[in-house]
Amino acid sequence: MSAAIKWFWFASPQTFFPLAGTIARACWLGSALLAAAGLYVGFFVAPTDAQQGEAYRIIFIHVPAAWMSMFLYVLMAFWAALGLAFNTRLSGMMASALAPTGALFTFIALWTGALWGRPTWGAYWVWDARLTSELILLFLYLGFMALQAAIDDPRRADRAGALLAIVGVVNVPIIYYSVQWWNTLHQGASVSLMRSPSMASTMLSGMLLMALAFWLYSIAAALTRVRCIIRERE
Amino acid sequence: MNWGSLDEFWAMGGYGFYVWGSYAVAFACLALEIFFLRRRSREAKA
Repeated sequence: MSAAIKWFWFASPQTFFPLAGTIARACWLGSALLAAAGLYVGFFVAPTDAQQGEAYRIIFIHVPAAWMSMFLYVLMAFWAALGLAFNTRLSGMMASALAPTGALFTFIALWTGALWGRPTWGAYWVWDARLTSELILLFLYLGFMALQAAIDDPRRADRAGALLAIVGVVNVPIIYYSVQWWNTLHQGASVSLMRSPSMASTMLSGMLLMALAFWLYSIAAALTRVRCIIRERE
Repeated sequence: MNWGSLDEFWAMGGYGFYVWGSYAVAFACLALEIFFLRRRSREAKA
């Protein structure tokens, strides 16, 4: 079986269903193990921050959650676009399955950010470009879910949601570059692909372990949800 | 090891409210999602 045929074979919800279950189970387990390791490194190995004291330990969930919130949106828009282009049933289901988990991580990023902002900036919330664009991301996720919930025919709901998801994707680079484009209270990135990270290596490894744990969690949650959607629709 | 005692661990250098407030809500959110996913799976199977 050639690679292209294999992809389309798995694009059928019936053949994807058991595969999704197997992957989801492995990811639930992996996520729990990585989170345990990440929390251990984060609380017991990583040293106290010289400037922020222990308050900085919020980073181990704040940054991974913020990464996931943006990444899951792009992934959701990608599946939505694929669904519009090829009219495959599974694509729209994947987009719908990703939205609640993405919204959850957006909320976690905002919540932990507020609790981090209070001791470091003196305010839970400021109308800073980074915070505001992340709040808009939360509204985009909620709007997508509300729009889909409001339309009875699932295929039409998929198409309407896809349009919203694709238009909203413009917000993701705005979030990412907001700290460079505007003079924000939110600090710039400590970790980027272009240069070596500006933080202690144990802090970084704790953060990356938590990021991997959130990745696997998202895969597991999305695949579990897509299995529910397949069962409900077909 | 960063902590001399359990009290020190909970105090988080005076930032306990902010650190534990973040972790508690974040993990409660994930636990809630898992709970609702399991319920939805059971209902979808039925």
